[in-house]
Amino acid sequence: MIGLDIEKISESVQASLEDLYYQMWLVRLFDEKVDEMFAKGMIHGTTHLCVGEEATAIGGCAVLQEKDKITSTHRGHGHSIGKGADVNRMMAELMGRETGYCKGKGGSMHIADLVKGNLGANGIVGGGIPIAVGSALTSKMMNTGYVTLCFFGDGAANEGSFHESLNLASIWDLPVVFLCENNQYGMSGSVKEMFHIENIADRAVAYGFPGYVIDGNNIIEVMKAVYDAVERARRGEGPTLIEAKTYRWKGHSKSDGRKYRTREEEETWKKKDPIAYFGRLLVESDRSTQEKLDQLKNKAKLEIESAVEFALKSPKPSLDSLEEDVYA
Amino acid sequence: MREITYQEAVREAMSQIMRKDERVFLMGEDIGVYGGAFGVTRGMIEEFGPDRIRNTPISEAAIAGTSVGSALTGMRPIMELQFSDFVTIAMDQLVNQAAKIRYMYGGRASVPMVVRAPGGCGTGAAAQHSQSLEAWVAHVPGLKVVQPSTAYDAKGLLKAAVDDDNPVIFYEHKLLYGTKSEVPEELYTIPLGVADIKKKGKDVTVIATSLMVHKALEAAVVLEKDGIDVEVVDPRTLVPLDKETLIQSVKKTGRLLVVYEAVKRGGFGAEIVSSIVESEAFDYLDAPIKRLGGKEIPIPQNPELEKHAVPQTEDIIEAVRSLVRER
Repeated sequence: MIGLDIEKISESVQASLEDLYYQMWLVRLFDEKVDEMFAKGMIHGTTHLCVGEEATAIGGCAVLQEKDKITSTHRGHGHSIGKGADVNRMMAELMGRETGYCKGKGGSMHIADLVKGNLGANGIVGGGIPIAVGSALTSKMMNTGYVTLCFFGDGAANEGSFHESLNLASIWDLPVVFLCENNQYGMSGSVKEMFHIENIADRAVAYGFPGYVIDGNNIIEVMKAVYDAVERARRGEGPTLIEAKTYRWKGHSKSDGRKYRTREEEETWKKKDPIAYFGRLLVESDRSTQEKLDQLKNKAKLEIESAVEFALKSPKPSLDSLEEDVYA
Repeated sequence: MREITYQEAVREAMSQIMRKDERVFLMGEDIGVYGGAFGVTRGMIEEFGPDRIRNTPISEAAIAGTSVGSALTGMRPIMELQFSDFVTIAMDQLVNQAAKIRYMYGGRASVPMVVRAPGGCGTGAAAQHSQSLEAWVAHVPGLKVVQPSTAYDAKGLLKAAVDDDNPVIFYEHKLLYGTKSEVPEELYTIPLGVADIKKKGKDVTVIATSLMVHKALEAAVVLEKDGIDVEVVDPRTLVPLDKETLIQSVKKTGRLLVVYEAVKRGGFGAEIVSSIVESEAFDYLDAPIKRLGGKEIPIPQNPELEKHAVPQTEDIIEAVRSLVRER
């Protein structure tokens, strides 16, 4: 069964499965490096790490075409990498350098790359949802055929913008896919505390389009679900809500003592490591070897190291840039 | 030249722009066959169809956010806030998203959108449908703010707002919709950031915005009989603000009254006064600056109470007279 699914998926994905495995490591090692650099005081400000959530970011973006667009969240490093961002420029941005995606003015929460179709991370929970709907409206009005994949978290599903946007996208049959990365916590608020329903995807019925719950740590399942939803959107049949159950391994942001959950719970989820799972799948289905996978991980490690080097060597923005780019 | 109303001027500008540019479209509540709460979009859905005159649910946050997203991807949306008061519900998308995206993204994106917002009191709609909150948005870097006072200005400034690559909040005053002025039939642009001297004078400068421009002009007619020659200056756009024209006028007259309808405390008139005080015009002042603004209350429904909540022509006349008396 699993083998068959992989077969179908590899036909729909431009990158090879091994490349996706490599991208997942790139996300994890990027965020682990950021974590380490924060602890050393090498990065200023704040950041939100998506370690443990690599399958939704990479799987979701993997089934998109070049012309498709995404909106991302405050926890967006994985989404950026999935949509083809250059980790050098990402790291430079986190370190506030001129060579960063936002010339050092945005930092972790505002990385965007419109050229690649990444409409941007967002510091406001739920802030990107109506923006995704607007992007989908452009696609429909201009008949461009692109689909917008909207990433958001469980916390955003309780924002008013979620309700307004899903309804609007539905009545206008817009080509947008709402991908909820339910990582179980909005900062310290657990979904058990903040929802009186089992599945956020159940809310789709209220907007008149399909909603699915998937295992967000299984990249094959993510790709299948997002692929079907994207194709449905491309056919003009409207939006889909996908809830991917996953887990954020690290704290919400820096200085989070994680008092709101147990270490046992964390260990349970770590056993469902999305990268390890995908690796086993690739080896068991003879699509790769452990040796090859180790090489890919190592390649990702080197790439992150050189990203840090690139960022450290990059110039800091000049004070002359302070008042630039407020207005077009 | 033919005369048309302010409401017709706004509609004509939008229609003429839309005939030329397929990227421009409208979104808002009841703007379809209903024609909008104030009738501004009447007839437009018949010409442009429901795809470009997009009647929305009552979802101000989504209307604003959808405008941002479509602007970010190549469209030039015009969204209508049914009442400018409803900016409260759209605020995240305007302040945290639209205004900041260009800067946050290091100049690698732009958000060309216009928010049309009918504001002001005088219709008895009470506290939640009568406010003048332009100072809120004028405070936010990344937004531009326009307040046309005549049909002529409305048409030309709306063209400039749609052509602008930044988010522009375009305040229309409800009591001005029916006022007429000469308006060219062809499309024209009034650049943002250029004030207009609505009446030349030499004794006192009155800087007024929106509806207050008309009250200042009425006051000027009365004061002329007293031998006081008032200059009425309309900034037309608050952001960018044409400080130079304001400063030159004050240097000429040596006396300044600033009049605005918004609550006086923290209103944009305070910013105008500061701009004058901080400039070389300060040395030319022959009397302390005066400021008239709305009372520090929510707008009441009763017509007499409502009238007294904001500056009236008589208040302007009185303020100018006292300015002239001072030496």
